[in-house]
Amino acid sequence: MEKPGAKIGLKHGSGGRAMRQLIEDVFLELASPVDGIGLAALDDGAALRVGDQWLVVTTDSHVVHPIFFPGGDIGRLSVSGTVNDLAMMGATEPLGLTCAVVLEDGFPLADLVRVRDSLKATALEAGAPFVTGDTKVMGKGELDGIVLNTTGVALTRRVVSDAGLRAGDALIITGHVGDHGMAVMSRRHDLGLQGDLRSDVAPLNGLVRAALLAGGDDVVAMKDPTRGGVSGALHEMAAKGKVGIVVEEAQVPVRDQVRAACDMLGIDPLLVANEGKAVIGVRAASVERVLAALRAHPLGRDAAVFGHAIAERPGSVILDTGLGRRLLTEPEGELLPRIC
Amino acid sequence: MAKDLTLELKFRDPARARALADAMQRNLDAIGREVSVMHVCGSHEQAIARFGLRAVLPPQLRLIMGPGCPVCVTDGPEVDEAVALAQGGAHVCTYGDMLRLPGTSRSLADAQADGARVHVVYSVAQAVDVARAHPADEVVFMASGFETTAVATAAVALGELPANFSILSVHKYVPAAMEVVSRSKASAIEGFLAAGHAAIITGHALFEPFAARTGAPVVVAGFEPLDILAAIVKLTDLIREGRPEVFNAYPRCVSREGNLPAQQVLWKVFQPRAGTWRGIGEVPDGNLDLRPEWAHLDARRRLEPDVSGVRDDAAAGLERDCLCGPIMLGLAAPHDCPLFGRACVPEAPVGACMVSSEGTCRIWHTYGGAPDLRRVEGRAAGRG
Amino acid sequence: MCLGVPGKVLAIDGLSATVDFFGVQKELRLDIVDEPVAVGDYVLNHVGFAIRRIPPDEVQETLALFDQILDVTGAKDDLMAMDVRGEIAAARAKG
Repeated sequence: MEKPGAKIGLKHGSGGRAMRQLIEDVFLELASPVDGIGLAALDDGAALRVGDQWLVVTTDSHVVHPIFFPGGDIGRLSVSGTVNDLAMMGATEPLGLTCAVVLEDGFPLADLVRVRDSLKATALEAGAPFVTGDTKVMGKGELDGIVLNTTGVALTRRVVSDAGLRAGDALIITGHVGDHGMAVMSRRHDLGLQGDLRSDVAPLNGLVRAALLAGGDDVVAMKDPTRGGVSGALHEMAAKGKVGIVVEEAQVPVRDQVRAACDMLGIDPLLVANEGKAVIGVRAASVERVLAALRAHPLGRDAAVFGHAIAERPGSVILDTGLGRRLLTEPEGELLPRIC
Repeated sequence: MAKDLTLELKFRDPARARALADAMQRNLDAIGREVSVMHVCGSHEQAIARFGLRAVLPPQLRLIMGPGCPVCVTDGPEVDEAVALAQGGAHVCTYGDMLRLPGTSRSLADAQADGARVHVVYSVAQAVDVARAHPADEVVFMASGFETTAVATAAVALGELPANFSILSVHKYVPAAMEVVSRSKASAIEGFLAAGHAAIITGHALFEPFAARTGAPVVVAGFEPLDILAAIVKLTDLIREGRPEVFNAYPRCVSREGNLPAQQVLWKVFQPRAGTWRGIGEVPDGNLDLRPEWAHLDARRRLEPDVSGVRDDAAAGLERDCLCGPIMLGLAAPHDCPLFGRACVPEAPVGACMVSSEGTCRIWHTYGGAPDLRRVEGRAAGRG
Repeated sequence: MCLGVPGKVLAIDGLSATVDFFGVQKELRLDIVDEPVAVGDYVLNHVGFAIRRIPPDEVQETLALFDQILDVTGAKDDLMAMDVRGEIAAARAKG
């Protein structure tokens, strides 16, 4: 627990240990028993039994600075985030989305229309209809421009949790790592970096549908490596599945320009946020089938097996660098450019 | 582009790394006892950790992380000055490494959360841009890093600057770190890896009197995995042969004389002074201060930060019990320290070894000791 | 304090250069670089400043140095090291 007089800091929102601690210390109190996966599971969303199916529910608030960035914007981000959280639980056919927007006094209407158009286009791409919404305005300086919340619901016959790994399972990443975080960071800190750094933000339900069709019950765990990056996702999967995870660094796809920007800023690509990627745990027997199905989809062309679960060191993520091994660290707080 | 990349990747080739590790093992076998060597650069530790190199070192070789991370050894009271300036209304710009570094009571990140204007910059030039954008406010650049980084600060100091810009120097000087270690009689360090990028500026001849006086060889090392492994092989060669020499294992970047124009710029603006390093104590010539002729740019002289509101003397007093110094020298383990895991934790570190994500105490606290991953199960399933 | 990455100079404008780092470009200042820099040179970047011009032949020199270090310790009799030498030779042949 934090010291008396403690305050919320940015680290509590960055998808790492501090955020998990905050949720466990403060919000877990709200959890009550449900038939299915509830708040206590701290998964991407909830799954409630409805007849012989599961109703999957997820909600996400989105803030990003700048709101328009190379490869996307806050509208595309909020639809993708929610659709992806549903998909990570195996629910690839969203029934509906809600959209709640909180605006700062003085927010340009033209920007709002641009965000609306992006919401619409992305929802169409995902096959996810908006069904209701809400708007609030706050005073100048009371928030940074715009906060967007989206909630999604979907039905599925089988729920995939993020706790399903067991020793011997393979881990697949559906494409290049670190694109979103580096695209945003290169704009945010005024770093003067020029080059093709573009966010990967995209709705993944089509891609996940393909993986589930190919792998069936052998697809045992999924997680989208957003804030906290691949490392954050793997730490959760390792802790909840009570397995160790070995990552082969050489097999992790990273674009040259993302690697270069990461090197320059002293940042590990495995800690950088993604908004259009999934980490998928698959039983060894179905790896090739799932991989082939992913690679046949436009969003999964660069999918790769990059690690596997082991019985030893449950909860730990071990990085094999090809030269040696180390424990992969959990992200702590907002990623900052380093000089040493 | 692919061809350019291979240029870099050649220094990360696993086959060469294994050959170098084998060579290292042969050297250790020939020496026939345990050998301790030290690196004095935070970036060496970062590279060693990032690539998992400790897993390939011979068990008889102790590679100790010395007092070489300029961020970690920046003292609490120095951070207090920056926090006081920020809380007093100045814009404070600094490198990302410094944001969460604790002062005696709070960090710049804490001040920022309370509304102080703290900017993370990648270059000192960006701090000057901030000053130009806010002509009515004082803008202070908290300048951290070794001489490599100090040169950049100095270059900016020599240029044209807006009147509202000043520098709070917490720059540190590498040779001082090595002196601290060699002066400790109990130290069992038999050789040093010197920081390649600092040596780019100062040249490797700088280490010759040190090696001659202490009898410990010095090898200048780069930061790619093969650079580090080759340098350790060379260092163990020199130890085996009893030759206290300086060897440059980073010739693509480091020369004997170093970067002379940069040295001129550096010493025109800065001068060494004794300073207190976190967890280590007083280090002669350890800090780089602005020379008196640059007083108008020196935030300490110009703005006289009043730390009375942010300094916690009880916390500062804790440092007296901190064992960072002996831990860095390999003479004590974290569990020997009365503060470890109690008054000194990653969220509220007292000593440098708990500040750095690669620090000995931080690693022990997080992982319950230095993990041995050599024996963990093999390759990925489904790999073709 | 040593994060330094080598990049290739694309253009020079007075004391400022546009440098390519494997697909990302950044403006670097040339105030404190050790020797004159031309388009096509490699330089080492530290906090937005070029601190060293890296002569291309010295990259080869570093590889030769690893070679020599392996030689001295007798690693050349080692089968692994033989493979390494093959790779070095191949890399050289490719230029």
